[in-house]
Amino acid sequence: MTAARLAPLSGNQEIVLEARNVVKSFGQTPALRGASLKVRRGEILAVMGPSGSGKSTLLHCLAGILTPDDGDVRFDGQPLDALSEDARSDLRRDRFGFVFQFGQLVPELTAEENVAMPLLLSGIRRAPALAKARPWFGRLGLDGLERRRSGELSGGQAQRVALARGLVAQPEVLFADEPTGSLDSMAGELVMTLLTTAAREYGTTVILVTHDARVAAYAGREVVVRDGLVGSLTGVAP
Amino acid sequence: MSVPLTLLGLLEREPSHGYDLKRDYDMYFGRGKPLRYSQVYATLSRLARDGKAIAGPAEHGAGPERRRYLITEAGIEDVERWLSEPAPPEADLNSELFAKVVLAVLLDRPAGRYLDLQRAAHLQRMRELTELKLAGEPLDLLLADHIIYRLEADLRWIDHTAARLDTLTQAVRR
Repeated sequence: MTAARLAPLSGNQEIVLEARNVVKSFGQTPALRGASLKVRRGEILAVMGPSGSGKSTLLHCLAGILTPDDGDVRFDGQPLDALSEDARSDLRRDRFGFVFQFGQLVPELTAEENVAMPLLLSGIRRAPALAKARPWFGRLGLDGLERRRSGELSGGQAQRVALARGLVAQPEVLFADEPTGSLDSMAGELVMTLLTTAAREYGTTVILVTHDARVAAYAGREVVVRDGLVGSLTGVAP
Repeated sequence: MSVPLTLLGLLEREPSHGYDLKRDYDMYFGRGKPLRYSQVYATLSRLARDGKAIAGPAEHGAGPERRRYLITEAGIEDVERWLSEPAPPEADLNSELFAKVVLAVLLDRPAGRYLDLQRAAHLQRMRELTELKLAGEPLDLLLADHIIYRLEADLRWIDHTAARLDTLTQAVRR
């Protein structure tokens, strides 16, 4: 049996994303109080922690969706807050992918249009975008569902469509926030198996927010967010 | 669960007679499976032989002769090491997890730290089993799932216990 645990971080491993002493509050409520984290290129990292600990806020700061009040986030060594809002938006569209708990498919679009959306948004024309989207249906066990709208899909099917949308542009980093949180255990397991297999195939870095240990077990390592700070269970620097 | 290490842990709290150790063991850890006196005294003799505890002088009273046992530095080191190591993450661990948490609280050791290490060990085992599932045959998958669900139950218990450490501390120190 292979142990998938990664060795503790050392100086010569390539860091793709880094949070440095990130502080973020919502009104008077602090969500992150100096969170620091290094993410290695190609790893699947689980971010765990109790509800309200700040793990989703950390994910949103790492993805450039939220701007920290203090501290910074670096992608490939470059501080995100040095980028204009347009440049951050381009980064999220072209180099990042996202999967959220409830899929958040656009209900007016078919499943294949939903999958193709990141490609369409980055300027690829409709026909080649759909042609690139379609193989994902076979890969994720969704054959025959290409023309359905989200209301005609089960929760597990919709989440696999959302996963395909997150991966179709082959992002460098996939951000997954409780990607199985709305699914039963069998559907959740299928999504995680497909996510892990695809991420390994493409070398995608995955940051996976979850409170579920069975989901976290698909990751190579885990960090824990508690009271707005990031730690590890074993005391190794996160 | 290790009876010798649990008794050593109780001895670290305070020097005790075998009678007191049995009473406290049964109260905290026995839960329907009390120790026999013969087991207590045989264990204390082995601990004394191995330099982990010392038998004090005989105390003469109305009843039979009694000795108070004291833990040695080597015994304290054994308890310290035991409480700082996660138990091997296997099924049916409940008694050992329970004993370590209660002893850590009794001895004012960092129970939360122990629970974190145990979480990490459980997650690592679940990770290995998940890897087996990703590569494995249906029979491997069934077996791996069985262990994973049991480890998950332990992890939920660990989470709940961590959230209740303050209450537990008040209860065992009463």
